[in-house]
Amino acid sequence: MESRFLGLAYLAPYLIGLLIFTAIPFLGSLYLSFTDYNLIQSPVWTGLDNFRELMNDRTFMKSLRVTLLYVFLTVPLKLAFALFIAVILNYRLRAIGFFRTAYYVPSILGGSIAVAVLWRYIFADAGLVNMVLAGLGLEPINWFGDPVNALFTLSLLRTWQFGSAMVIFLAALQAVDKSLYEAAAIDGASKWHSFVHITLPLITPVIFFNLIMQMVQAFQEFNGPYVITGGGPLKSTYLLPLYIYDEAFKNFNMGYASAIAWVLFLIIMALTVVAFWSSKKWVYYAGDKRS
Amino acid sequence: MTDLATPAIANPVPAMSSEELRAARLSAFVRYSLLTIVGLIMLYPLIWLIGASFKTNSEIFGSIGFIPQDPTLDGYRKGWETSTPYTFGRFFWNTFLIILPKTIFTAISCALVAYGFARFEFPGKKILFASLIATLLLPNVVTRIPQYILFRDLGWLDTYLPLWVPSAFAGDAFFVFMLVQFLRAIPRDMEEAARVDGANSLQTLLYIVVPMLTPALISVALFQFMWTMNDFLGPLIYLSSVESFPVSLALKLSIDTTEAFDWNRILAMSVLALLPALIVFFMAQKYFIEGISAGGVKG
Repeated sequence: MESRFLGLAYLAPYLIGLLIFTAIPFLGSLYLSFTDYNLIQSPVWTGLDNFRELMNDRTFMKSLRVTLLYVFLTVPLKLAFALFIAVILNYRLRAIGFFRTAYYVPSILGGSIAVAVLWRYIFADAGLVNMVLAGLGLEPINWFGDPVNALFTLSLLRTWQFGSAMVIFLAALQAVDKSLYEAAAIDGASKWHSFVHITLPLITPVIFFNLIMQMVQAFQEFNGPYVITGGGPLKSTYLLPLYIYDEAFKNFNMGYASAIAWVLFLIIMALTVVAFWSSKKWVYYAGDKRS
Repeated sequence: MTDLATPAIANPVPAMSSEELRAARLSAFVRYSLLTIVGLIMLYPLIWLIGASFKTNSEIFGSIGFIPQDPTLDGYRKGWETSTPYTFGRFFWNTFLIILPKTIFTAISCALVAYGFARFEFPGKKILFASLIATLLLPNVVTRIPQYILFRDLGWLDTYLPLWVPSAFAGDAFFVFMLVQFLRAIPRDMEEAARVDGANSLQTLLYIVVPMLTPALISVALFQFMWTMNDFLGPLIYLSSVESFPVSLALKLSIDTTEAFDWNRILAMSVLALLPALIVFFMAQKYFIEGISAGGVKG
């Protein structure tokens, strides 16, 4: 008989990593958020000073506002798109594999700098998008020059990468028992009714999963604004991760940057907790009350 | 693309009236049209990018077409040389140097940990598995600064160590989670038979589990390849010498230094930067789709 600790031995890499690269840094940044630390002198404890300063920091307030706006714009848009296309693909279509692949490509490439570069070009004043608009007889749009448009254009970049969420939705849709639809159809339910009353409830666990994952990522968006807009114009795309980066790695205000990171973390946590709490009311788990 | 066999006629439909048949055809037509149009809109930027990389600078902002009027390789030739002492070849090599160890470390460490979680009972298992899920959701932004300080104190700045080492400790919880899901779906009969024959747990892992887990491990390696290829913030924070820059940083550098006039250089290098990921994706797409469907995914 093997020791009951054998399993733990296999977990050793994870346990060490958890301690050194996650747990200690996690607490470390909490500690640093109460200090003043410029990487040269040792950290100086300043209590709540950083957080007090944040309340009066107009850049922070602006950054926080655009971050929330960005997340609340991007996540619903992306999930709605992913679900919409997944539902269409789920009709017994031929060539489902072809379309699934085509829609998934942007997700594979989306995070790369090259795509951010591409975005800069196609949404430039004389870029592809405005040329198409002109061809349709529409006014060109100043995509990056206007604060509202700039944030929206970045949000489109994320929405464009809906493929991974779509593939997850599609897997869930394909797992829905087809006999339920047949039974509903016999009872005279319309397609829309079946969708709302059968499909949606059955895939709520996956909607919930996608919602959380997409939200956590959207709050951490960095590459897009860093490469495409540099946070401008008028800091309208200066998302919190950019501010944290600038404070930490350009100004070397490690304490202040940690404080911003913790505020961001607490917001994400709070929204995740709200989502989990509310999920009891809207997420349906077939036959398993524990989860 | 090989999926054409997906059940097109799944249910034997009882005789349709001609009106119903017409409605069904119409709705299929609408669906295909919608999918094709949306797909084209989504992919056209990428297609345009390839065409534009062969255009002259004056043509890039002058036409929406894909085919260059006056095709040139200037963008590739000049872009490859860069404004640094190094060519893009160097940056591709650097990217490879970052990716290879990282992918190998990830596959090994995650397989060990997933095996531990999926096949053993031990004290504290529940809470440790919960910690795995928590790490999955934990925003990196909150651990990044102390990690940077740690690597600085170890003297690892401007080396690849900060990018490599965490992956040797199952740093991407997502992959462990994905492998655990795969393992749970594999019956234990073979492993039990091996144990009865006297194999110890490590031998069982190596000779029985790993072969069965190979498709999943390929998924893990592919995702890690893609993510590392796309990773920008990690190299941005840890690397400062141009000679050790990966492609992502080099591309950003070339925007900063040449953008005002030489657009086709940047576009050409963007095409090259996307090429490895595209090739790998098209060669191995089933592993991606399976990986995502099994474990859920970020991206």
